[in-house]
Amino acid sequence: MQETRIVLRNVGKINPVKACEYAAAGGYEGLKKAFSLTQDQVIGTLKESGLRGRGGAGFPAGLKWQFVKNTPANQKYIVCNADEGEPGTNKDRVILAGDPNSVFEGMAIAGFAVGADKGYIYLRAEYPSLLISLNEALADARANGFLGKNIMGGGFDFDIEVRSGAGAYVCGEETALIESIEGKRGEPRFKPPYPGVSGLWGAPTVVNNVETLANVAQILINGAAWFKAIGTEACAGTKLFTLCGNIANPGVYEFPMGVNLKDLFAVGGGCPDGKKLLAVQTGGSSGSFLRADQIDLDMDIDNCAAKGATLGSGAILFIDETNCILDVLQDIMEFFVHESCGKCTPCREGNFRLLQMITAFNEGRAKEGYADTMLDLSSTMMSASLCGLGQSSPTAIVTSINNFRDVFCVKGCGRERGNK
Amino acid sequence: MQGKGCNCSAKPTEPAVLAKVAAIAAPYKGREDMLIQVLREAQTVADNAVAKDVAAVIAKEMGLPLVKVYGVATFYAMFSTECRGKYVIRVCKSAPCKVKGAVEVLKAFEEELGISCGETTDDCKFTLETCECLGICDISPAVMINDEIYGDLTPAKVKEVIAKY
Ligand SMILES: Cc1cc2nc3c(=O)[nH]c(=O)nc-3n(C[C@H](O)[C@H](O)[C@H](O)COP(=O)(O)O)c2cc1C
Ligand code: SF4
Ligand code: FES
Repeated sequence: MQETRIVLRNVGKINPVKACEYAAAGGYEGLKKAFSLTQDQVIGTLKESGLRGRGGAGFPAGLKWQFVKNTPANQKYIVCNADEGEPGTNKDRVILAGDPNSVFEGMAIAGFAVGADKGYIYLRAEYPSLLISLNEALADARANGFLGKNIMGGGFDFDIEVRSGAGAYVCGEETALIESIEGKRGEPRFKPPYPGVSGLWGAPTVVNNVETLANVAQILINGAAWFKAIGTEACAGTKLFTLCGNIANPGVYEFPMGVNLKDLFAVGGGCPDGKKLLAVQTGGSSGSFLRADQIDLDMDIDNCAAKGATLGSGAILFIDETNCILDVLQDIMEFFVHESCGKCTPCREGNFRLLQMITAFNEGRAKEGYADTMLDLSSTMMSASLCGLGQSSPTAIVTSINNFRDVFCVKGCGRERGNK
Repeated sequence: MQGKGCNCSAKPTEPAVLAKVAAIAAPYKGREDMLIQVLREAQTVADNAVAKDVAAVIAKEMGLPLVKVYGVATFYAMFSTECRGKYVIRVCKSAPCKVKGAVEVLKAFEEELGISCGETTDDCKFTLETCECLGICDISPAVMINDEIYGDLTPAKVKEVIAKY
């Protein structure tokens, strides 16, 4: 199956830190196009294109920009979310390393559309070499007049700074990310107010994922109708998928929204060494567990949600028969216990209790009724947690109980039950 | 984490190191937003840690309350308030690396270095830690040693990696 490379079109083909090479490949034409339009026309095109956020929540990008444009303020900001903490995801790294100018251009267009002259890229701490190359690319874009004062003579000023995190998954949550850029502990804020009204230093702020921003210029150049024709009815465009775990050819692939999970498994070359597929987790650690017989699934935001799966960031973890689901679940819950910021009780205590119970199952100490208690606790966490971390952390447990009920029997540990 | 054999945390930080930290922090007086970047840089000159006296210097130079510096230093996984070895080995233990043998890789590091996870070698050269996804799952199982990444590891390759340091 052939990839559809829109976001990744330049990756591996141009020198990523040279703005001129990007421009020679048709880059910064989108920004030029924006200058010939009004702010409302740019936002209108984006809305019409149906571009939805690629960071996990799938919020319409045009609508988000509209809110920020409509909020009157002297200072507004564009923030690019490059925290990429979801285990199993490294698509944003591939974009930023291979074609950073496509993200800069998307941010500049966003700045033009909403009236912001300053942008920040919040980069996760685990990408130190990317921090260096991004700063190099920014300097080169500035030197060539694609960023800074009076960009391309269009009378518009916009500049970008990179800020680095220091290792906290929760900082991918937009309000925690804002706190972190402000130099604070990355604890999520209460919403509302949403960042579009009161974000960075209280100013109206657009927070968009790297992949979302990388699509923007292409939409302006080729038009909303072109974009809408790719993907599915409600989810236009392509999606980057990170295939990882027990898969022969792990890596980042770009396909139209709605690509079938079975086909992704085939593209990845199946499990190595002739092993059988046991389970798939879609959407990263906060995503859903599916059985091997459930992977005939069209991957877009809405279809996944309707079928009890998760598209999320596009991470797909393949797990082969040599693994034990309970083992993997225990690991995932350790992750959430570690990453919960502790600000609210359902998440701080809930993840801890889920970990205790899943460990008990794994070690063969579980008691009658634990599975139901976990489901009960999960539903409380999903409705009562302050941010998306606590709201989505029980997903792995809930979907495993639903799809792998046999594993949650109270006799014997996971391994003794034949690695299932 | 207090390392086995490494007792540096009990001693005050050397004045020369504190002076370096002060030089890193001083340009950012009143710039709370630069605190994380300053802490990252300070750690590299101060035994990979933000000890109490290091935090105090940063607080003074940046004009921030000490509690603010301490609060941030204890929130993020990359900061430590206890001294660590010259090289911090972080073994990814998130699910994608786990299903590809991260546990065996961690064991190999423990055996090769003669320490348990969370400890520092006697010569203060290596600290062994686990961490969550490093964002390089396409080459799992993966580890990061200071700013260097290593992927597709096996217990056999661990020896080669350590030999580089
Ligand atoms: C715990 C948590 C972690 C998140 N991590 C990320 C992340 O690493 N990258 C990202 O783009 N969005 C992440 N998000 C989603 C952001 O809060 C936000 O919705 C997104 O950046 C908006 O951009 P988009 O509309 O372009 O997707 C995370 C959300 C939560 C609750
Ligand atoms: S849900 Fe978890 S991560 Fe989010 S605010 Fe509450 S404790 Fe913090
Ligand atoms: S899970 Fe180990 S690098 Fe992503």
